[in-house]
Amino acid sequence: MRLKSSLENYIFVLPAVLIFVIFYVIPFIRVFQLGLYEWDGILPTKIFVGLDNFKEILTDKIWWQSMWQAGYITLIALTLQNAVAFLLAWACDREIRLKNFYRVIFFIPPVLSEVVVGLVWQWILDGNYGLLNHWLIHLGLPNLARNWLSDPNTALTTVAIVHSWKGFGWGFLIFLAGLQTIPRELYEASRVDGANAWHAFKNVTIPLMIPVAVLVAILTILGTMQAFVLIIAMTGGGPAYHTQVPVLRILASMRGSSRFGYACAQGISFGVILMAISFIQYRFSKHARQT
Amino acid sequence: MKTTLYYKTKKIGINILIHLFLLSVAITCIFPLVWMVSSSLKTQETIFRDTSLIPKSFHFENYYLAWMEGGFGRNFLNSIFYTTSVVIGIIIVSSLAAYAFSRLRFPGSNLLFFMFMAAMMIPIPGSFVPLYVLLNKLHLRNTALGYILCMINVGLSTSIFLLKTFFDKMPKELEDAARIDGCSKLGIWWHVALPLAKPVLAVVVIFNALNVWNEYVLALIIFDSKPLMPLQVALTTFQGEFITRYPLLMAGLTITALPIILVYLLMQKYIVKGVTQGAVVG
Repeated sequence: MRLKSSLENYIFVLPAVLIFVIFYVIPFIRVFQLGLYEWDGILPTKIFVGLDNFKEILTDKIWWQSMWQAGYITLIALTLQNAVAFLLAWACDREIRLKNFYRVIFFIPPVLSEVVVGLVWQWILDGNYGLLNHWLIHLGLPNLARNWLSDPNTALTTVAIVHSWKGFGWGFLIFLAGLQTIPRELYEASRVDGANAWHAFKNVTIPLMIPVAVLVAILTILGTMQAFVLIIAMTGGGPAYHTQVPVLRILASMRGSSRFGYACAQGISFGVILMAISFIQYRFSKHARQT
Repeated sequence: MKTTLYYKTKKIGINILIHLFLLSVAITCIFPLVWMVSSSLKTQETIFRDTSLIPKSFHFENYYLAWMEGGFGRNFLNSIFYTTSVVIGIIIVSSLAAYAFSRLRFPGSNLLFFMFMAAMMIPIPGSFVPLYVLLNKLHLRNTALGYILCMINVGLSTSIFLLKTFFDKMPKELEDAARIDGCSKLGIWWHVALPLAKPVLAVVVIFNALNVWNEYVLALIIFDSKPLMPLQVALTTFQGEFITRYPLLMAGLTITALPIILVYLLMQKYIVKGVTQGAVVG
């Protein structure tokens, strides 16, 4: 009876487990296995090369360049994007008109796809026919007009800013939810104690928001380091590798140069780096919560 | 008197500054979309010269051309089909599992649940490489079924988590009553648990629908033939082939973005709820 009941219960989880094992667990294991081979993805024979793929990564200049570029985009997202998100949340965390209107509008960019956002911005930023350059010229600032996405000096920063534009809505909503959990009495109390608005902000808002800020930072880092579809739509990784990021390199190893083993090795190295980052962040946030 | 007036003016001044700040950001959020729609109504000749926000004449035929000639009609229907299939799949598969993890006893249930949760935490960038190999082997590459199953898997862990959290808090009395009335376990799941879970199911549906509609990379590697592609991939293919046909591209982008914006505006209550819940999870 007991056994029959258990078997019956397994039926409930069977579809989920089946799909999960086939499409998550097996590929997960296969990554580690394929990383040790040189293989073009088509031929039945794979050549075992041991750790050669990983050694090659160490000296792969474009790979490390793409890593730094993803880091640069992440840095801009962490500072610019999250600062804007926090300021907007702080501005909305009061009795003001149109509060709901703003909240709805700020989350429009996050619900759009990266392809749509990338292609629309590419059109606005186009060097010859783009609206931005057109405006700059008409405002009497023709010196500022440039090929935003094909100039190596501006391409990466431009991509990073568009990425921040697309993503700040997430941080905004999380910050706002965090701010709304701060009891109003604390602000009242600090005002009774004679503190001005700035002191209340510094002594009440900031300390209570640190855990939320850490959470937003983790989500921003993990999300931005792995972002790449926006870049496909905007620059395709160009000009001359200047907007390449790791996941784009993995895709290029697989589809461009048909090196499946190398692509898997790149995936593993990048995954390990991401895990390390989130582990450090996790420890940091635990520490921040205790103090 | 003077001081109250001073504080009043100061307060109004601050309020104006705050609104200016909020409004300027709000405009940057909407403007690119307005420009996209505006560009989609211009012609091949005027689009490069006419920088007016409201075009002199509206060329709605661009939408017809994008739908027919650009092939976006087919891709639109594909996107609708993939999104609905995946969402229905996720709802059934994840609610069954979540219900079992929450209510039923069987050996290994904790371990299995932990496995799903670990998958949410471990990033595997480039997991599309072995997935491609696997789908090839199973002859599921370049098929709708292959894509749908992959996307069900993508949404599984989070959906199971959200639903299990809900079931854990759900009072057991109704289920007990149903059991006494002779309802089977599957019957209880279908007739009692699922209807009660409507609010959280709404969150699961919306987030997965957005996710599937906007998904790009798996569709890119799974589909070779254009008639099977969803909108996102078709857009980049179109852009690669007809780099200069901007009005049609902009019409295609509008066709892609509009449904998601409408769904968002109708369902934004659930989306805000989902983001804040998801944040607590993470």
